[in-house]
Amino acid sequence: METQTIISVKEMYKRFPMGKTEFTALENLNLDFAQGEFTGLIGPSGSGKTTLLNILGSLDVPTLGEATVLGKSIGKLNTHEAAMLRRESLGFIFQSYNLLAVHTVFENVEFPLLLLKIPSQERRKMVQEALEWVGLSDKIRSKPPQLSGGQCQRVAIARAMVKKPKLVLADEPTANLDAANSHHILKTMLTLNQELKTTFIFATHDEKVISYLNRKIYLLDGRVDKDEVVTHNK
Amino acid sequence: MIKFLIKGLLRDKSRSRLPIMVVAIGVTLTVFMHAYITGFMGDTIEMNARFTTGHVKVMTRAYAEDASLLPNDLALMQIEELLDSLRSLYPDMSWSPRIQFGGLIDVPDSAGETRSQGTAIGWGLELIANQDELNRLDLQKALRSGHLPRKSGDALLSHTFAGKLGIAPGDEFTLISSTMNGGMAMYNFRLSGTVHFGVEIMDRGSIIADLKDVQLALEMENAAGEITGFSNTGFYHNNQAEKLSDSFNSKFKTDDEFSPVMLSLSQQGNMGQYVQMSEVWSAYVSLIFIFAMSLVLWNAGLLGGLRRYGEVGIRLAIGESKGHVYRSMIAESVFIGIAGSVTGTAIGLGFAWLLQTYGLDISGMMQGASLMMPTIIKARITPTDFYIGFFPGVISTVIGTLLSGIGIYRRQTAKLFKELEA
Repeated sequence: METQTIISVKEMYKRFPMGKTEFTALENLNLDFAQGEFTGLIGPSGSGKTTLLNILGSLDVPTLGEATVLGKSIGKLNTHEAAMLRRESLGFIFQSYNLLAVHTVFENVEFPLLLLKIPSQERRKMVQEALEWVGLSDKIRSKPPQLSGGQCQRVAIARAMVKKPKLVLADEPTANLDAANSHHILKTMLTLNQELKTTFIFATHDEKVISYLNRKIYLLDGRVDKDEVVTHNK
Repeated sequence: MIKFLIKGLLRDKSRSRLPIMVVAIGVTLTVFMHAYITGFMGDTIEMNARFTTGHVKVMTRAYAEDASLLPNDLALMQIEELLDSLRSLYPDMSWSPRIQFGGLIDVPDSAGETRSQGTAIGWGLELIANQDELNRLDLQKALRSGHLPRKSGDALLSHTFAGKLGIAPGDEFTLISSTMNGGMAMYNFRLSGTVHFGVEIMDRGSIIADLKDVQLALEMENAAGEITGFSNTGFYHNNQAEKLSDSFNSKFKTDDEFSPVMLSLSQQGNMGQYVQMSEVWSAYVSLIFIFAMSLVLWNAGLLGGLRRYGEVGIRLAIGESKGHVYRSMIAESVFIGIAGSVTGTAIGLGFAWLLQTYGLDISGMMQGASLMMPTIIKARITPTDFYIGFFPGVISTVIGTLLSGIGIYRRQTAKLFKELEA
């Protein structure tokens, strides 16, 4: 596995205003993530895992300290630069899939490539390849409401992976899935992680997800409680 | 990307069909209401112009001061010369001398004794010499029985009035009135036909005869109570009429009480108030309607935008810039605004055309009315109707989206993202 650091979090705080006081969601975080990691931010609700994921995804900024993602300091990016970072290098997978319901599977997966202005023919090839990865080549004309939950999440994975991003951020990706579907999509993500060397960071408290991780970062009240690297063969 | 957005717009009915319908309904109502108000107000003004005031009217100064009394003893003299001057000075107008008078209609029995009587208001018009007045009052259409006056001595009575008097075309009757010089006038007419105008005050009791006969009956040779002028455009324009009367009065009006003066429609009786009221009313109702419609459409745009915060969140997460999302939402609202406004304008004009062509009969509500108002309400389509709903339709839809879209900038991306997850 590559050891190149692609994310660096240094003495980072995130505070939210709460009436006249402030709520500290993240406190003095220091973390590094290497390329190709399959890492989970684990913790109960309110532990700060989604907040950290949002900052790493340039959807939010730190209050203090620094978060550097793929060489870009998140706190210093303007909205356009943050959008560019997400467009070019990041993929998101959500708990509730968040597919565009009126568009077909093909169009949903194609959307990130449209933003990158990739030519039509190349786009088509890339979408077909991404749908092959998740085993949905026969569903390109279907629309999300015609698919099962597991299939929808596989489309979401294809959408996140189609541009071959360096980093994929997944927020509770299995929360709405049964055990069989959860294992199926986790295996798919793990395969992509190993084949494409894409870094995956999960926010989760699902044991099924945790069992696949090769690094587990436990958060508690906005702090790192435990950071452990595991070796296993899934 | 454009293709992607268009596909989304066309497939998502709540994003395209529903807002287009809301815009179309609002615009339809605005266009129809404007045409309806214009038609109703305009018809009332034109009806008064055709029957009594003209677009402008020339009278002696003294006659003008007591015009409501129809003082024919103060009538214009030497009208042929005055008509020549008017026709050469103002060729864009059509000029017709008229005598309005009041009198008693006496219907004799076979022995010559009074069989029935009734008071009438009368018009002496050029009916035989030319077709102008026939066309202006649409007498052929108003004819219910008999025929229009063809020769001297022929006269028309209002249909209901003739029925009450118990006479039919071909019967003779006598007009009893007063001459220009204050003497008693008695003149025999033959009823050539009966007419119904659909104007309560006219249909209650009126006699229409050729000007020459009335001049003879009231001893008004080469005289007329008034000369009415009508714009060749067919419509009354207050500013033009007032300019015309100012021009005429500066040339002809003197201190002599028998000198001719010209009054525009709005300067006669309480027509000025009515014209002003109709203009204010029309503007007021249109504005209220446009304002109300704009609020509805603005809200529709606003709700449409807010409803899509989830979609906005995902698009931002995937890497679309806020500016691009905002611009695409505005472009969509422009499309929706235009599509809805074009549809609404077409439907509104369609309904207005139906009301303009067929009208709405309100004669049942007009019985006993003393105002000269049409008993059939008709819309009138004017060039304004082609844009009065269109621009508010487009602008308010876009403003609604602009305002809802501001939220994209005001909310932090992470918050939109959370709303997406909610």
